[in-house]
Amino acid sequence: MSDFHAAHGRLYGLMAEFDNRYDLIEAAKRSHAAGYRKMDAYSPMPIHGLEEALGFHEWRMPMLVLLGGIFGCVGGFSLMYWMAVHAYPMNIGGRPNYSWPAFIPPAFETTILCAAFAAVFGMLALNGLPRPHHPVFSVPGFALATRDKFFLCIESADPLFQVEATRKFLESLHAKEVNEVER
Amino acid sequence: MPEEMDKELERPAVAIEDAEHPLIEPGHSYSTVTDHISAIVLTRKTPRWWWIGFGISFIVLNILLFSLGALVIKGIGLWGINQPVGWGLDIINFVWWIGIGHAGTLISAILLLLRQDWRTSINRFAEAMTLFAVACAGIYPIFHTGRPWLAYWMFPVPNTMGVWPQVRSPLIWDVFAISTYATVSALFWYVGLIPDLATLRDRARVKGAKIFYGILAMGWRGSARHWARYETASLLLAGLATPLVISVHTVVSFDFAAGIIPGWHATIFPPYFVAGAIFAGFAMVLVLSIPLRAAYKLEDFITMRHLDNMAKVMLATGLIVAYGYMMETFMAWYSGNEYEMYMMTNRLVGPYKYFYYALLFCNVAAPQVLWFAKFRRNVRTLFTVAIIVSIGMWLERFIIIPVSLHRDFLPASWGMYWPTVFDWSTFAGTLGLFFALMFLFLRVLPMISIFEMRTMVPPAEGRPRK
Repeated sequence: MSDFHAAHGRLYGLMAEFDNRYDLIEAAKRSHAAGYRKMDAYSPMPIHGLEEALGFHEWRMPMLVLLGGIFGCVGGFSLMYWMAVHAYPMNIGGRPNYSWPAFIPPAFETTILCAAFAAVFGMLALNGLPRPHHPVFSVPGFALATRDKFFLCIESADPLFQVEATRKFLESLHAKEVNEVER
Repeated sequence: MPEEMDKELERPAVAIEDAEHPLIEPGHSYSTVTDHISAIVLTRKTPRWWWIGFGISFIVLNILLFSLGALVIKGIGLWGINQPVGWGLDIINFVWWIGIGHAGTLISAILLLLRQDWRTSINRFAEAMTLFAVACAGIYPIFHTGRPWLAYWMFPVPNTMGVWPQVRSPLIWDVFAISTYATVSALFWYVGLIPDLATLRDRARVKGAKIFYGILAMGWRGSARHWARYETASLLLAGLATPLVISVHTVVSFDFAAGIIPGWHATIFPPYFVAGAIFAGFAMVLVLSIPLRAAYKLEDFITMRHLDNMAKVMLATGLIVAYGYMMETFMAWYSGNEYEMYMMTNRLVGPYKYFYYALLFCNVAAPQVLWFAKFRRNVRTLFTVAIIVSIGMWLERFIIIPVSLHRDFLPASWGMYWPTVFDWSTFAGTLGLFFALMFLFLRVLPMISIFEMRTMVPPAEGRPRK
């Protein structure tokens, strides 16, 4: 039955449940060492070192925020320049129209604004959120992933994935329970 | 045991080093932390005091709507401002509210960067406080324009008149600073809420609540990849919010310091304003957290150590503010400028002298009791000092704004400023708005960050297998 699911692509993966984060980190490391790549871990709080254990490295986030900041800085300063020099030049106490030091505070604010937008919306976009439904939610007890339980899911898309062998492997990692995740 | 696990064990160990005054009382686990905090929102019966508190705030909020409605119909002549005092209670309250908001950002951003773990149980409602205080602050400059429906003219919006904002004025910098601050605070707050909203979604029993929190949680599932990006985003947001909060109150101080009025035209204003904002903000966090922890039995999470640390921050920033007062006085004398000297004489013996003495009592004398651990660890004393400081910081803005304006260079143009009933009702009304929003927040969202509290749980539970 299980192989039938896998063969017909109706199985998303196998989900192992753990009682604590140490077992989860250890399981993630051993799964990575065993050659599994398409997998993800689920935990009620951030666990330092877990993403490395899964072989995942995030490098796009800082770049996105830097780009957002540069855009905000250049864009903001150009806007101030254009408004004060071209669009609506005004003589304020005989000062030059291009009085750049006065443009720095508002340009600083637009820098922060755009960088913050990049951080928040970049994080959501890279995480693929909002996404109201996901196969993992169908696993019994997965609601505890936001309370006190820890999960590791090896996905059927992984080339090494074989229902019986992978299940045995996960059970050998001190998993409390291993469940099938239907797509 | 691998090295990474050692590191993993280290962090909570640092948090609980002070065994006598822990950040979280012993005996808590991931599940008890989750259940205790989410129960306030999901299962516990809404306490009677909540209904009373929210009811009163809501009535006072309606006074705000009435006052602002009358103001729009009649014009800002209803307020006591006129020549020579064009900035009165409206600007005082604007600066006061913005200042209160700054403690929330300080707790959530600066203390995060400094790895001060004790911030964890107070950051959520301090950030909520920021957001609601900024909402109250924003009302004042918008209605002070007299034609609030045209307030968007302050933004660079293409328009048929071909008019653009004059960006060399600190008042326009203020528009950029405050709107950025409000936006970034809201984003930071919401991002911080996402994992907890997922917890509430998964723990809600009522269908409506499941849908409500489900939509807000956006499908958060606690994936390790998501957490990695989430942590990066939070850290970068904290790094961005830190200079932002300093820039905001600096720009607010430029509104005054860039003017030539004696009592305003001082280079000490930016640091003095930022310190004053943190001073007032921590006072407000204490005013809110002391009754809250008693009412919701949160003494396990908001411990005496939190209150003690906040009292110390208040004492330190209070001393910076006192230094600011001292420097203002010294510079008035040292400048040798007769207008500057008169400004100081007028504060000391002029018609508003009792305001100045009250200010010195509230902001300089009263916080000195916080030098003693006995008073810092006595919630009643602490609460009283926090209230006195909140009043004192309001008085400070009264001294800086109308008292400087009412007697400037030309004695022929001197005058007095007294707020009208509409000034006071608008101020009371924003307090109503603030507390009404605060009560709603307490009822529908977790007031303590649940997922961050889980990271504070001592690692006794589930030691790694050898």
